[in-house]
Amino acid sequence: MRPNTIAIVGAAETTDLGKTPNISEITMHADAALNAMADCGLTPKDIDGVATAGRTPTEIAHYLGITPKWADGTAVGGCSFMLHVRHAAAAINEGLCSTVLITHGESGRSGVDRAPRRMAPTSLAGQFELPYGPMGPPTMFTIPVLRYMKEFGLTEEQLAMVAVVQREWAAKNPRATFKEPITVDDVLDSRMIAYPFRLLMCCLVTDGGGALILTSADRAKDFPTKPVYILGTGESVETPMISQMADFTTSRAFRVSGKKAFDEAGIAKEDVDHLMIYDAFAHLPIFGLEDLGFVGRGEAGAFISERNTVEGAKLPLNTNGGGLSYMHSGMYGMYALQESVRQMRGIAPAQVPDAKISVAHGVGGMFGASGTIIMSNEAP
Amino acid sequence: MAEPGRPLPQPTPETQHFWDGAKAGELRLQRCDDCAHVYFPPRPFCPECGSRSVSVFPASGRATLYSYVIHHRAPPGFEAPYAIAVVELEEGPRMMTNIVDTPQTPEALQLDMALEVAFEAMNDEISLPLFRPAEG
Repeated sequence: MRPNTIAIVGAAETTDLGKTPNISEITMHADAALNAMADCGLTPKDIDGVATAGRTPTEIAHYLGITPKWADGTAVGGCSFMLHVRHAAAAINEGLCSTVLITHGESGRSGVDRAPRRMAPTSLAGQFELPYGPMGPPTMFTIPVLRYMKEFGLTEEQLAMVAVVQREWAAKNPRATFKEPITVDDVLDSRMIAYPFRLLMCCLVTDGGGALILTSADRAKDFPTKPVYILGTGESVETPMISQMADFTTSRAFRVSGKKAFDEAGIAKEDVDHLMIYDAFAHLPIFGLEDLGFVGRGEAGAFISERNTVEGAKLPLNTNGGGLSYMHSGMYGMYALQESVRQMRGIAPAQVPDAKISVAHGVGGMFGASGTIIMSNEAP
Repeated sequence: MAEPGRPLPQPTPETQHFWDGAKAGELRLQRCDDCAHVYFPPRPFCPECGSRSVSVFPASGRATLYSYVIHHRAPPGFEAPYAIAVVELEEGPRMMTNIVDTPQTPEALQLDMALEVAFEAMNDEISLPLFRPAEG
């Protein structure tokens, strides 16, 4: 995309996060969408583009009473919303539509009208992975880590520190699910889920949603909210099977997506004031920091455990508490984007002082896909 | 470990040769006739160069342990704890499997240890390629 031509003008999460069995999944999309429209003074009649994942754009547009000229149902897992931002930016620049609504809602905990997810026994994963007993992400997304640990000497203590540091951030966030401080010992003493992963190294399972509204940077100045400009975007996909990931110590999708976003933005890593890396499990920020190029290969475990990502340090990371402590409905990418927008607006609960550039980096599936969005609060 | 109850594959036309081989005690891979790339999972073309000219051949069955987790809660057909592993075949490709005939512990399961395929019949049609520590 062309940097600085598009802005996020509306952003909101669902009114409630956590455990909300009183509303179904599609209403979570709608609740977040209505909150985002209220945020920037729009109604459904003002929206002419819709993108979503989990549900179809048809369902969301109809439910909200929107007549779109553009629809995007890209669904590559939890980073789908990063891809929606990227696609929406291109669509608006091409004149396909002018005002795009991106929605997420997921009854991850309560399961009220949750869209079914099942792998067919005829699919490649159904034939060549499921017979060996994996039971969802905690037993699959985690498989590469022992290889990484052997290659680079990452320790279980360093893995635990990812959760400890993010809990420190969560403690500053009133909406975080878990705010009580934890220690490395707490993490290492928590229940073993799938060696070497313990409970506190795994994300939450909660209900919630979020929505974003994008328009051209020219129009953004007319909105009541502080515009957040899109500087650069990237996306890629690699494999639907964790066993077929090319290298268990680095994600190709992360590298391709990250490089494209930074190339578009024309910025250096040192220019980044705030960073979100989708953390479904404790190793994700480690892979993300390295594959985006913030640190060298094998250095991220030490970088985090030496407290370089805490409040006041050089690279504030996952400042909402992340999927490990803030919330995780299943497709967490929307919440990473929401926190980047809050930081760029200057209204985050744990605000990074004078932050001007934020990066939100997402994963989809289990290292299956990736999306990267670089934002700035400085007018073009 | 292989009791009834685990999810079983349903072969498709493109993968039938693999499951026929497993039933016959043979681990079958594919090789590109044009660029010699060896690949898995099965498909009727080469993912390296796109050629449709590919051949099925029997692999050695030798592999090394690439990575794994040890799951502590058992679904039907499994006894916890059990390792969900990825092995690297001698010919290059990797595949998910279970490691049998050895304790399911970090001490017993050392990365890069030598393994060999051990087929286990699930029913008349499906045998799964599992791996055990290589002898000698």
